[in-house]
Amino acid sequence: MPDGFTLAARFLPGRRVFVTLVCLLWLGPLLAIAPAGAAPQRVVSLNLCTDQLAMLIAAPGQLHAVSHLARDPRSSAMVEQAMRYAVTRGGAEAVFRLRPDLVLAGTYTTAVAVQMLQRLGVPVERFAPANTFADVIRNLRRMGELLGRQETAEALVARQQDALAQLQQMRSVGQPLRAVFLDANSYTAGAGTLMHAMLEAAGFENIAASRGLYGTARLPLEVLVLARPDLLLTTGRYDPPSVGEAVLDHPALRHLHRGRSRTVIAGQTFTCGTPFTLAVARQLAAVRIEMQAAAAARRSRAP
Amino acid sequence: MTDGTRFALLLALLGLIVAGLFMASLLVGPAALDWGESLRALVVGDSEREAVTLVMREIRLPRAVLGLMVGASLGLSGAVLQGYLRNPLAEPGLIGISASASLGAVLAIYTGLAAALPLALPLLALGGALVAVAVVFAMAGARGGAMTVILAGIAVSSLAGALVSLVLNLSPNPFAALEIVFWMLGSLADRSMQHLALAAPFMLAGWAMLAFVGRGLDALTLGEDAAAALGVRLGRLRLLAVLGTALAVGAATAVAGAIGFVGLVVPHLLRPFVGAQPSRLLPASALGGAALLLAADIAVRLIAPDRDLKLGVLTAMVGAPFFVWLVLKTRREAV
Repeated sequence: MPDGFTLAARFLPGRRVFVTLVCLLWLGPLLAIAPAGAAPQRVVSLNLCTDQLAMLIAAPGQLHAVSHLARDPRSSAMVEQAMRYAVTRGGAEAVFRLRPDLVLAGTYTTAVAVQMLQRLGVPVERFAPANTFADVIRNLRRMGELLGRQETAEALVARQQDALAQLQQMRSVGQPLRAVFLDANSYTAGAGTLMHAMLEAAGFENIAASRGLYGTARLPLEVLVLARPDLLLTTGRYDPPSVGEAVLDHPALRHLHRGRSRTVIAGQTFTCGTPFTLAVARQLAAVRIEMQAAAAARRSRAP
Repeated sequence: MTDGTRFALLLALLGLIVAGLFMASLLVGPAALDWGESLRALVVGDSEREAVTLVMREIRLPRAVLGLMVGASLGLSGAVLQGYLRNPLAEPGLIGISASASLGAVLAIYTGLAAALPLALPLLALGGALVAVAVVFAMAGARGGAMTVILAGIAVSSLAGALVSLVLNLSPNPFAALEIVFWMLGSLADRSMQHLALAAPFMLAGWAMLAFVGRGLDALTLGEDAAAALGVRLGRLRLLAVLGTALAVGAATAVAGAIGFVGLVVPHLLRPFVGAQPSRLLPASALGGAALLLAADIAVRLIAPDRDLKLGVLTAMVGAPFFVWLVLKTRREAV
């Protein structure tokens, strides 16, 4: 049975290259510690959000593996790009065998694996989830520094700031509309979440935040129905379904939609603080302007 | 006061309690609605405040009706199982019927079958329940004592529970694994009229079958031979008990998850009031089960209005100590 190296040798141009590569693989962790400031050459990401930031910023060949979620079309905004990398499920042993010279992880997930990797001498950088657009910019810059790709990161930051300024201009049009996010098991996004930042940026009042909810919290269905949101933002359904997602198709919501409220299904783009979230905010702002125009037209028709 | 009037009074009293709790279930919720206004919206509809009508008719009404029907199914099945098996510890949850029904429901939902064919949900849950009832009845038939049945039930429960966890852990849906709790402890949160429409016909059919076993169970208290001599067709009685229990518990579990101990506690609490007559215990236990589950469902909403506390948590907190007491009592009597 071919082991990893002979298998790899088959795809490599020459024996000398292969030997060098093997040496590099084994010495990788040591090299990463030795020359301070040198950019890592074999990066493994364990978290969906660091996956996407790294794929956006890393130099060709610099990023080796991403998490399996990066290929899940329901959570990742970069499924196609993720196909170009190896995939890991975040087990310490599997990751160690990839011989990374830098591991990227979230602050909450795969904590045990991260601790073990650190004990084994693998450099690990952890990223806190982005809850604001400022967080997104901070994470982009930090990723740029870690990968030695400051210029790419700054270009992304500049585009991000332009998009924010554009949204700011769109905001002042018309009356504020009220929106709410509904996820499986009646969870919503209160203040201090990226979803809240998106709704605010798009010019909506977030009902969950107005009711004093903070972070990801439950909003009972009947409270939501009585709040009469103008816009209901839900998530895509998984196939096969689950009991928790049943609330997204609850008849009470369908009735609500017979009125003038709208439903928008937020895709995979809001899961992580990436530049993609602003694109969604822009779409939502366009929906808001359209709804306000429709409302104004109704008012002018009525005597 | 004759026996008959006492029994009629008991049923009337239980009926009143159920009616009161049903009303309370309609009036309790995280959105503090005006009682008069919400009841008006429920009955006649309120075009001014359409949202209140929606909340009452589409959210609170199905929850209250399901609470009543699931509770009645569990109470009634508990009474039938205790009567037929002549085992004070028998109960849908303890002998594995609820867990097996959960397994059937889980297979229906998380394979995507129920999404294509909604009836698959109650049918597979019913199938799961049927297997468990059959196993337990077979164990009881082979001169199984009270403990044999309970031990067999524990085995069935553990296996079904493990398989539920397996299916949910293997599901590609990331929410599935979190829902192990729902299937093992039960909840009525966010259930809709669709769930009611799916489960109610099966529960009603189960009740109808179980309504016919009362007389047979009365005769069975004298022993199987005596019952046969009195003209009870034991095969038919057994079939009705098995199918009726599987229908009622299967359908209830398909939409509410496995809720334990209701079927254990209620018949024991009511037995002193109806004498040793199973035929009288059945309707009383159905009403008692409905009352207990409605009360539990009101309590979960009052204790933690915004965090879906599971029903089985409350019923187990009442039921588990009660079960220990029953085991001790059974042991004392056996000595």
